[in-house]
Amino acid sequence: MRVSRLPLSAGAGFKPEHFAAISAAPQPIGFFEVHAENYMGAGGIPHAQLRFLRENYALSLHGIGLNIGSGEPLDRTHLARLKRLCNVYQPECFSEHLAWSSHGGFFLSDLLPLPYTEATLTSVIDHIDEAQSTLGRRLLLENPATYVRFAQSAIPETEFLQEIARATGCGLLLDVNNVFVSARNHDFDASTYLEAFPLDLVGEIHLAGHFKTTDDIGSPLCIDAHGSPIIADVFALFERVIARVGPLPTLIEWDNDVPEWPVLRAEALAAQRCLDLAKSRRAAPAAA
Amino acid sequence: MPDCCQNAFAQDAFAQALRDPDAALPFGVISHNSDAPRKRFAVYRNNVMVGLVSALEARFPAARKIVGEDFFKGAAKVFAAAQPPRSPLMMFYGDGFPAFLAEFEPARDVPYLADVARLEAARTRAYHAADAQPLTPAALYTEALADLRFILQPSLEIVASDYPIVTIWAMNSGEMVLAPIMDWRGEDALVSRPSVDVEVRRLPPGAKTFLQSLAAGDSLGVAAASALAANTRFDLAANLAALFAGLAIDITNEPFEVPLP
Repeated sequence: MRVSRLPLSAGAGFKPEHFAAISAAPQPIGFFEVHAENYMGAGGIPHAQLRFLRENYALSLHGIGLNIGSGEPLDRTHLARLKRLCNVYQPECFSEHLAWSSHGGFFLSDLLPLPYTEATLTSVIDHIDEAQSTLGRRLLLENPATYVRFAQSAIPETEFLQEIARATGCGLLLDVNNVFVSARNHDFDASTYLEAFPLDLVGEIHLAGHFKTTDDIGSPLCIDAHGSPIIADVFALFERVIARVGPLPTLIEWDNDVPEWPVLRAEALAAQRCLDLAKSRRAAPAAA
Repeated sequence: MPDCCQNAFAQDAFAQALRDPDAALPFGVISHNSDAPRKRFAVYRNNVMVGLVSALEARFPAARKIVGEDFFKGAAKVFAAAQPPRSPLMMFYGDGFPAFLAEFEPARDVPYLADVARLEAARTRAYHAADAQPLTPAALYTEALADLRFILQPSLEIVASDYPIVTIWAMNSGEMVLAPIMDWRGEDALVSRPSVDVEVRRLPPGAKTFLQSLAAGDSLGVAAASALAANTRFDLAANLAALFAGLAIDITNEPFEVPLP
């Protein structure tokens, strides 16, 4: 069964600076994704642009502020804003992160990591249960890119995500760049991680760029910056995932140092070619 | 600390250490190659600060232009450390920044900076304010003029200043060529969004009192009298025209409740 209602094609993260180019002509883009929090004002240009996207394309709402990974209760006011946005725009998909971003009444403006334990598992499950029952829809939970680990962690990330999905019925958003970044940062093999990942629960894929630096002792450290093209290694991982499970809604994220629209569109079209190839392979009878 | 570890995770300490560069690493934070990955943790600390400073840079471009990038970043960091955001709606972060700038000692040489920032803060609020259809003069024909009350655009804000902030703002946001200001006198800025775009205008004499009176629920007659009392150069015809050019969205002849801010 499909975990999201997005088309099985490539989409792009919407940036307001691209609106003029996007609205000038129909784009070969399967869907657009927006950060939910940017559309929580009362009106004005942001909503006019979102209405245009809604009327012309499939739409994915991606939250960055629900604070699902926190040990604190969810912010009901924020959840109510999300509900209103979902009700008005009826997106094909709503997704959030396995991370926390607020604490003690303050918003921290980053996606922060949590240890994977029985206790955090319980609180994440509770939060997703509450979010899904308030919103009246399933959400997709995204695997994080992280820079540190926790000594307390007792459950592998793939197992943690699988258990959350089993307990709540939510789907997963597989960010392939995050897998690559975390694998490099924590010295594990990205392919092994993807083999353990419950791909049947994936409703959307994210692809993005990152940059490389070094850590305290000079080892490579990748930063999930969304400010550059997708690197070939990440794209190769994506191709292998698609070859295994078939086409999936695939989003290109580019949030910083945003290029002209044709550059972002070209990234989406590259992902689309990979999805088309998988479709034609599936359609063709198996060679003898 | 039994309470902090309800989910076996010292989240308080993590959040605290994000704000304090000298703080010890939170309990349990490690990496595959270190028991004290300070530089890795600093990535989060940096993300938090960069996120807040960029939000302020995006909201206050004219203030930034006036004081320069380095000075602005410095001020933004001090503000972000003192008044971190309470809401994930980052487009509204910095409502308190103008008041902070007014008290910020190093910015003392630029006395109008806080007022320009107040104007910019009002522009963001107007940008995101509720959509509303402007009123047309046809609405007037059936009503007794002096008793009418006008409902104003939800985006409308007035930023009064002892400095020529509309001119300064316009020169620092590309609306006007940067030049010496010969006529250095206070300007009241009207920030509003009649339809799609946010507009910033210099209010004519008495208009501040007139609009504030209407916004408080006074009838047209009362508002016009107050405006004239405040400034004898108040021009009722021109101000009425402005109401019908987008500032007003409805009329009523009943007193109405003014919502609390």
